[in-house]
Amino acid sequence: MSIDRETVDHVARLARLALSEEERERLREQLSAILEHINVIGEADTSDVAASANILPMSNVMTGDKSRPSCAAEELLANAPAQEDGYFRVRAVLDEE
Amino acid sequence: MAELWRLTISEASELLQRREISAVELTRAHLERIEQVEGNVRAFVTVTEAEAIRQAERVDQLRSEGAELGPLAGIPLAIKDVISTKGVRTTCSSRILEHYTPPFDATVMARLRDARAIILGKTNMDEFAMGSSTENSAFFPTRNPWDLERVPGGSSGGSAAAVAAGEAMGSLGSDTGGSVRQPGALTNTVALKPTYGRVSRFGLVAFASSLDQIGPFTRSARDAALMLQAIAGYDPLDSTSINTPVPDYVAALAGDVKGLRIGVPSEYFVEGTEPGVRAVVDQAIETLTSLGAEVGECSLPHTRFGVAAYYIIAPAECSANLARYDGVKYGFSSKSVSGSLIDYVSETRAEGFGPEVKRRIMLGAYALSSGYYDAYYLKAEKVRTLIKRDFDAAFERFDALISPTSPSVAFKIGEKVSDPYAMYLNDVFTIPANLAGICGLSMPGGFSEGLPVGVQLLGPALGEPMLLRIADAFQQATEHHKQMAATPSTKKKGRAR
Repeated sequence: MSIDRETVDHVARLARLALSEEERERLREQLSAILEHINVIGEADTSDVAASANILPMSNVMTGDKSRPSCAAEELLANAPAQEDGYFRVRAVLDEE
Repeated sequence: MAELWRLTISEASELLQRREISAVELTRAHLERIEQVEGNVRAFVTVTEAEAIRQAERVDQLRSEGAELGPLAGIPLAIKDVISTKGVRTTCSSRILEHYTPPFDATVMARLRDARAIILGKTNMDEFAMGSSTENSAFFPTRNPWDLERVPGGSSGGSAAAVAAGEAMGSLGSDTGGSVRQPGALTNTVALKPTYGRVSRFGLVAFASSLDQIGPFTRSARDAALMLQAIAGYDPLDSTSINTPVPDYVAALAGDVKGLRIGVPSEYFVEGTEPGVRAVVDQAIETLTSLGAEVGECSLPHTRFGVAAYYIIAPAECSANLARYDGVKYGFSSKSVSGSLIDYVSETRAEGFGPEVKRRIMLGAYALSSGYYDAYYLKAEKVRTLIKRDFDAAFERFDALISPTSPSVAFKIGEKVSDPYAMYLNDVFTIPANLAGICGLSMPGGFSEGLPVGVQLLGPALGEPMLLRIADAFQQATEHHKQMAATPSTKKKGRAR
């Protein structure tokens, strides 16, 4: 099974990757080749088999509603590319129109 | 004392406790070794020399005051650069985290600091732990100490090479599909992937959260037991952490394998494995038989779907986990666009991630996208159940399973970079253990054409004591693990390449 350029463009948009023309073409080829191998999975008989998202016999692990020390805001902001008045600075989310 | 860097952790630990050597001497010996060979090996992204000496001085001071110190106190270790270290940059060998310094320690780091281990630095890896050769590092490839033209395996190649070259006595890596065991096999080190949930993942930068597990590299099974003892155990900060008591792993080293039942899965002994690798594994099986183990054949019928299931599940989880790199909270940020927030995020990610990481994110996003979810992701999660059932059935009859760790010895740098799927096949024997959540260990089994061959032992969930016992008994009867690479020093004229 090969995937086309439209699919590559769509998935790149979903993944928030601004790929170059060259990268898109290379990925189209490589992903098609990888999927060809991966498609063997269709041969596995999984009727009446439950999916395992986690192999441990545990579910809904709860933690107590207790406060505990955390990092100071300045420490967390120290790695930010841009900050202002103790906040992360980001670009406008909505267009000015 | 000559060449302290050749000692194992347990040997050095005894000398430290008897005060025949000091932690500062031991640490300096390793820092000097790093200076000698690092130009050739390139195992480290960051060496924290001053801090290491400071930690060692503190250990010596505590010991002189008569403090009770554990077996890792004063032992110089290296840490894969995917494990968060407070105040020391943690890059995941990615441009996107090149200047990121965590404000907190991973739980394993906190435990090693409590144990008073000495941290020498952070080791190179395939970017975000995606790869089998350490060639996907955004910074530089690490070289195999046994042959500098060959890869050390990956993704924990730096941690493996550091221990193999005598730059560290032990190290930590992370294993999502074989990233501890495969480099262990290629560098003649003992490499352990604990049961999923046995070691806290808190502070391990996430790649595929249902598969990732931290494990140690050492030069003996006994040392692996000491390392696991220090890092294993319940952690409320990791909701997938197993809340059962940690056994005494050193006490589990009974010294023999008499009567133990060891299974040979026929699906792991098929065409595609190098004859030299096969010969070493066959010899290891003979050795264990001669030591009294009862060896028999078994079947893991869904093995052939393992790689496919893994290369759906791991990329799917990676595409979700790596969504956090948006150039807002930390990490690299693009300077090149003046568009919307989404343009900025997309540009930042395109510039910050390398080719393999992009490939995996794309593959994962595709497998999770509308219309393909059932055929790929859900199907892979069902196959995962089948693979786990295979192991459950095998462990009803056997205490452990034995196989090659990797189908080949270390390959040449550049040999497999152009074919992603050929690279993925390096993990064919290691992937099923991650999918099933069980434990696995690679131990030095011998050599093929002068290069190390790893023998893999697989055990059921929480079967680490059994794997360590078998590996330790094997090492008492053999000498392979004692051989160290003759890594050329960059200081000697005419030998450096």
